[in-house]
Amino acid sequence: MKKRSLIGLLALGVGVSMTLVACGGNKDKDSSKDKGGSDSKYAAAIVTDVGGVDDKSFNQSAWEGLQEWGKENDLERGKGGFDYFQSNTDADYMNNLNNAVKQGYTTVFGVGYKLTDAISEVAGQRQDTNFVIIDSVVEDRDNVASVLFKDQEASFLAGIAAAKTSESKKIGFVGGMEGEVIGRFEAGFLAGVKAVDPSIKVDVVYAEAFDAPEKGQQIAAAMYNNGVDVIFHASGATGNGVFSEAKDIMKNDPSKKVWVIGVDRDQEEEGKYDGGNVTLTSTLKGVGATVKDIANRSKDGKFPGGEVISYGLKEEAIDLTEGNLTEDVQKAVDEYREKIISGDIEVPDKP
Amino acid sequence: MNLVSTLSTVFSSALLFAAPLIFTALGGTFSERSGIVNVGLEGIMTIGAFSAIAFNLTFADTFQSATPWIAMLFAGIVGIVFALFHAVATVNLRANHIVSGTVLNLMAPALAIFLTKMMFDGKGQTAIINFNFAKVDIPFLSSIPVVGEILFKRTSLLAYIAIIVAIISWVVLYKTKFGLRLRSVGEHPLAADTLGINVYKMRYAGVLLSGFLGAIGGAVMAQSITLNFAHSTISGQGFMALAAMIFGKWNPLGAMGAAIFFGFAQSLSVIGNYIPFIQDVPSIYLKVAPYALTIIVLVGFIGKSEAPAADGETYIKAK
Repeated sequence: MKKRSLIGLLALGVGVSMTLVACGGNKDKDSSKDKGGSDSKYAAAIVTDVGGVDDKSFNQSAWEGLQEWGKENDLERGKGGFDYFQSNTDADYMNNLNNAVKQGYTTVFGVGYKLTDAISEVAGQRQDTNFVIIDSVVEDRDNVASVLFKDQEASFLAGIAAAKTSESKKIGFVGGMEGEVIGRFEAGFLAGVKAVDPSIKVDVVYAEAFDAPEKGQQIAAAMYNNGVDVIFHASGATGNGVFSEAKDIMKNDPSKKVWVIGVDRDQEEEGKYDGGNVTLTSTLKGVGATVKDIANRSKDGKFPGGEVISYGLKEEAIDLTEGNLTEDVQKAVDEYREKIISGDIEVPDKP
Repeated sequence: MNLVSTLSTVFSSALLFAAPLIFTALGGTFSERSGIVNVGLEGIMTIGAFSAIAFNLTFADTFQSATPWIAMLFAGIVGIVFALFHAVATVNLRANHIVSGTVLNLMAPALAIFLTKMMFDGKGQTAIINFNFAKVDIPFLSSIPVVGEILFKRTSLLAYIAIIVAIISWVVLYKTKFGLRLRSVGEHPLAADTLGINVYKMRYAGVLLSGFLGAIGGAVMAQSITLNFAHSTISGQGFMALAAMIFGKWNPLGAMGAAIFFGFAQSLSVIGNYIPFIQDVPSIYLKVAPYALTIIVLVGFIGKSEAPAADGETYIKAK
């Protein structure tokens, strides 16, 4: 009886969600005429991915950028100005995008590659609205601008910092999910380490999840136990476990020195413990700056629809924090930063 | 990495992973043994994780290093209150157990995030706690040569406490009057009632115990691994605990064994990269291993797992 009711429940769940999606789609078509493009000439909104608007990471950064943009242009939060739509599950993307269009936002940002398909579909139906996909590419849509970050460049600098700091000459890389996006981090990081000392071994492990800190901690435990002393994680909340493990080790035996390199924002806070900090440095991804930039372009009528724009060190959209780097290491990082900006070094984007 | 330290990593990782699952699975066992299906464990864990972190952050200055322990007990009490919804709905109001449990699962994350926003300046996730359950050397036991090194050095103390709680739970369920009564209302409530056992009271006890233990599981998860509360702090552990309970045939020791097995399979797949021979296996097989192993063990060794006879059935007392 139990099994039957579970299956029934599952069926009910699937049924309900499909009906809801269907309803959403239909209603949008009917009401778009009377509501679409209401009062303001330019209004912008972001649709978050499941990280939420205060994920202390790129959703938050995007929202902060949009708020700044709104302030500079004397806009209010809400219809006709700027706002965000939070997605709590993957099923919310379509509804949120449609809602944003219905409420008259002329430029709608999808934050995160997870929204790629949803943007592509909604953009096909809503030709009058400008869409921006961040961290991914939507092809064959003239009203979609794709924003990519040269994560490999910041990761390259992280690799320099790791290789210069490591005493055991063993370094770890914990990835979220294997694929194009995290592949850029891996490729840049490996290249950076190699640039300093090709003999250093880098362990690369993928957790295959961005929200599994317990896995992150297990991976970190294995790596540190194997002699690794610096780990770069590009794995979202999974990385929390990496920080936990590093802090644990330092608390148990302060004579050991292990480090974590944070990702996407300054993760100094995650590394704090009684008596020190395990965050060596963090790669920064200035999603906010790009949101502002594109919102401005769109306002000026120069929306880069159909284009793929890459932001890198040169555009100051990404960087590496100073963190706990020693002076020597910082100097080396600065040198390589110049070389990348001047084009002397081309950082690979595929591992 | 030598063999001893490899094994030590495997065990400590497995236990770290298993500790929250054991507590929660034990909670589930108590509830279902009393005849109330509790699919709301995930929600109970979420509430437990949230209240432990909120308590920890608020009272860290007062209790210092005792904070996580007190926060864990506090979470347990909040868990009891939260599980009360399920108890009232299923025992008194005769609601479908699965529906009521699902309500807990839907309500908990929303409620927890809402409260987080209220309490922490509108932020969607909390700051990171300073006092947490770190991996420790277990006193005395860790000085045993080799075995102590492998099992008791730099490991999760909470997992050992969970194992002790599992043993106590087994004794309670199978060797005490209370346990016998609890099981009897889950097998045949009418018969138990005619013998003068208060079915409603026993079922309340089962559900509230599951609230207590489930929330402790969430508190352990949050305070030993994630160290803050966010929407992703509890992502599926409750369901994994539910699976461990079924896998363990609704027996506390079985549930504990299953939870440790899950942790073990998981840690092997991660640490396999560092074990000679295994590291030559393509990594995709290692990643699949935990799931494949579970299926093999379930089908091959465990056999049929049968729920208590009246599990999920509402008991209506005759007038």
